[in-house]
Amino acid sequence: MTVEIGHFSLILAFALAVIQGSLPLWGAVRSDRRLMTVASGAAIGQLLFVVISFLCLMNAYIVSDFSVLNVVANSHSQKPLLYKISGVWGNHEGSLLLWVLILALFGAAVDLWGRNLPLSFKARVLGVQALIATGFYLFILLTSNPFERVFPVPLEGRGLNPLLQDPGLAFHPPFLYLGYVGLSIAFSFAVAALIEGRVDPVWARWVRPWTLAAWVFLTIGIALGSWWAYYELGWGGWWFWDPVENASFMPWLVATALLHSAIVVEKRDSLKSWTVLLAIIAFSFSLLGTFLVRSGVLTSVHAFATDPERGVFILIFLCLVIGGSLTLYALKSGQLQPGGLFAPFSREGALVFNNLLLSVSTATVLLGTLYPLFLDAVTGDKVSVGPPYFNGTFIPLMIPLVIAMGVAPHLSWKRADVGAVWGRLRVVSVLSVIAALVTAYLNSKGPVMAVAGVGLGVWLLLATLQDFFAKLRLTSLRAESGGLQGAAKRVRHLPKSVWGMTFAHGGMAILILGVTASSSWQTEVLDIVKPGDVLHVAGYDFTFTGVEPVAGPNYTALRGHIQVTKNGVAVKALQPESRTYFNPPMETTEAAIHSMPGGDLFAVVGERQTRGEAEGDRWAVRLYHKPLLPWLWAGAALMVLGGLVSLTDRRLRVGAPKKRMGHHGGTNAH
Amino acid sequence: MSLSSVSARKRRRLYMVVGGLAVLGVAVALVLTALEENIVFFYGPSEVKEKQLPMGQRFRLGGLVEDGSYKMLPDGITHAFAITDGAEAVQVYYKGLLPDLFREGQGVVTEGTLRPDEVFMATEVLAKHDENYMPKEVAEALKKAGTWQGDGHGVSGSGDTPEKGEGEAVFKGQ
Repeated sequence: MTVEIGHFSLILAFALAVIQGSLPLWGAVRSDRRLMTVASGAAIGQLLFVVISFLCLMNAYIVSDFSVLNVVANSHSQKPLLYKISGVWGNHEGSLLLWVLILALFGAAVDLWGRNLPLSFKARVLGVQALIATGFYLFILLTSNPFERVFPVPLEGRGLNPLLQDPGLAFHPPFLYLGYVGLSIAFSFAVAALIEGRVDPVWARWVRPWTLAAWVFLTIGIALGSWWAYYELGWGGWWFWDPVENASFMPWLVATALLHSAIVVEKRDSLKSWTVLLAIIAFSFSLLGTFLVRSGVLTSVHAFATDPERGVFILIFLCLVIGGSLTLYALKSGQLQPGGLFAPFSREGALVFNNLLLSVSTATVLLGTLYPLFLDAVTGDKVSVGPPYFNGTFIPLMIPLVIAMGVAPHLSWKRADVGAVWGRLRVVSVLSVIAALVTAYLNSKGPVMAVAGVGLGVWLLLATLQDFFAKLRLTSLRAESGGLQGAAKRVRHLPKSVWGMTFAHGGMAILILGVTASSSWQTEVLDIVKPGDVLHVAGYDFTFTGVEPVAGPNYTALRGHIQVTKNGVAVKALQPESRTYFNPPMETTEAAIHSMPGGDLFAVVGERQTRGEAEGDRWAVRLYHKPLLPWLWAGAALMVLGGLVSLTDRRLRVGAPKKRMGHHGGTNAH
Repeated sequence: MSLSSVSARKRRRLYMVVGGLAVLGVAVALVLTALEENIVFFYGPSEVKEKQLPMGQRFRLGGLVEDGSYKMLPDGITHAFAITDGAEAVQVYYKGLLPDLFREGQGVVTEGTLRPDEVFMATEVLAKHDENYMPKEVAEALKKAGTWQGDGHGVSGSGDTPEKGEGEAVFKGQ
């Protein structure tokens, strides 16, 4: 019964979306208040019905209702509760339901927090949101219904892929979707602004927090996925440049560009047309990411052939959304007033440079991701474009970007003074060159990229800190600037956005250092051992003491025991496992990882050597030392923190400064 | 708008266009070299036998692990097996841990280079972590060789393709 309620609620939500996508937009054209206010009620109603629908599906998973096809295909009664719940979105149909849930959530949030938006503008934003939602509801109801029943009712489900039964991955899709859907708000604001033919700093203040929130969620989502790959796939890689990863990385790159160009709109009323275009492109990549990953097109062109209904729907939907919004852009962007002028060497100029590099690097990633599909369709050749392509194109483009990241915060708006900036960054430049030279000396046989990586990481970190302390003026504690008290006051009054930028840019620097060190100076040992054997990895002694069988809730495992010591001092007992799950029957490798500030120790135990010459109690083990790898996660966490701190900035909360004097007051929009 | 402002605007636009083209040019150059050097082609055993592939060229070889072909070489760490498409078979050496789902009779994709004695030295073994998954390249290689058993074999459908690179684990050898 609850299953039918869920299905029915979804249909009601669809009906509300149709209303919300038509009446308010029409009302905005006719300046009809009644029609425009329909949007608010409809947005809240949609949220209500989608929540009911989602809870019904979740209930079916929790009680293991195997009369529902989706539950049969993706769940199992013996599965731990957490993974029964995460199983809801661990499949195509359920993940789309999660998508519309988040879309409805954000729609309602725009309604509640957007009280100070002009009525016609709000009606248009919510109308556009509803049009996107309508497409998704139709797609779910027509081609991917999660509430489909199955008869006869099977006794047991097929289970969820054990690799996906993991806390890191349980929350990876929801965060990615929060990011993707967050960008839909920027999209709706952009389309509404195009319809009204007006983009100004106030518009940027409305759009920035949504973009920032979406960026934070995307960052968390990508980092969680990467972390999962690192400890779950068993060989310590954390980024593979695989099409599915690229699909989430491209929206992140564009969202990063959008975040920065919106600052120029907000502060200088410039780059307006470009920012609107970025908002459209960012969401287009989100759609591409959602659909192409889920439909399997990225791994094979033939997925269209195996499931033409979904494929054709997706193509039409993408054409309508992307084509439609770009057409609107072509028609209306000319009406946007050109903004303030600036010299090439200025804060604006640096942000344009940032946008240019981010867009171009997104294009190279897109090309590498789609090239195999393209070649297959045209010549029939099967090729794969692997990490070497991406490392050879993406990384060189990031080098000037990171250099610019260090300089940009020191530049003044409109026109910056080259001499003054050089004066501030002289010491930092010299120090980074020294760091690179020291690396080159110590690393004479290592990869060249290591030298560049260390130099850039140190440069970005120091240049960011230099800017931060210069803004605080901590060095001038003299009486005329208020002494220590004055300094403390400056710390308190420093805008949150400055804190946010410092954290985010500093996090990027730490991430660069972690990536560089862990990929350049990793030590790897692969060997066959018997109990009592000792292996030496990067100064650590790994003593293999044996393997014991253990039982988990839905698997059995062989657990290896490895004692790690350094110079005779115990460091850690590592217990990697090789698991065999029951439902579905599958083997997985659970790496044992010991994280230290200086790096990770990573151990995997393979199979018993029963084949070939090496028989008996002998096991294959693979050990790694990955220097500075935890810095990667720390860097990502700092970037997220930076985004969150920026979100608390007062400027972003006071949505429309022009209205602060009006009747509405400035207290709305929290 | 004054005349000087118009020309300033034009000059700014010129800077932007020139800068944009410069970055784009660099990117195109990078992409072209990277594509030329780093594309890895996929071949089935029959194609390997019939094409005269240059020695040392990296490519991907995929097919089924031939029944009864697996053995461990005396060094205790190099795996030897043959990859077949039913018509032809290629001997493969791989030094490293095999993925969990490596089995005789299962589909597999390997990446490496061909030795002069026609042994394929694999440096990576890719396996989907799904007991009934058939890599799509393998399915097509089998179709080409005329030994495909039909779709019941299970190229995994769109519905249950998991979200992340899931599943596909790359095992790097030494």
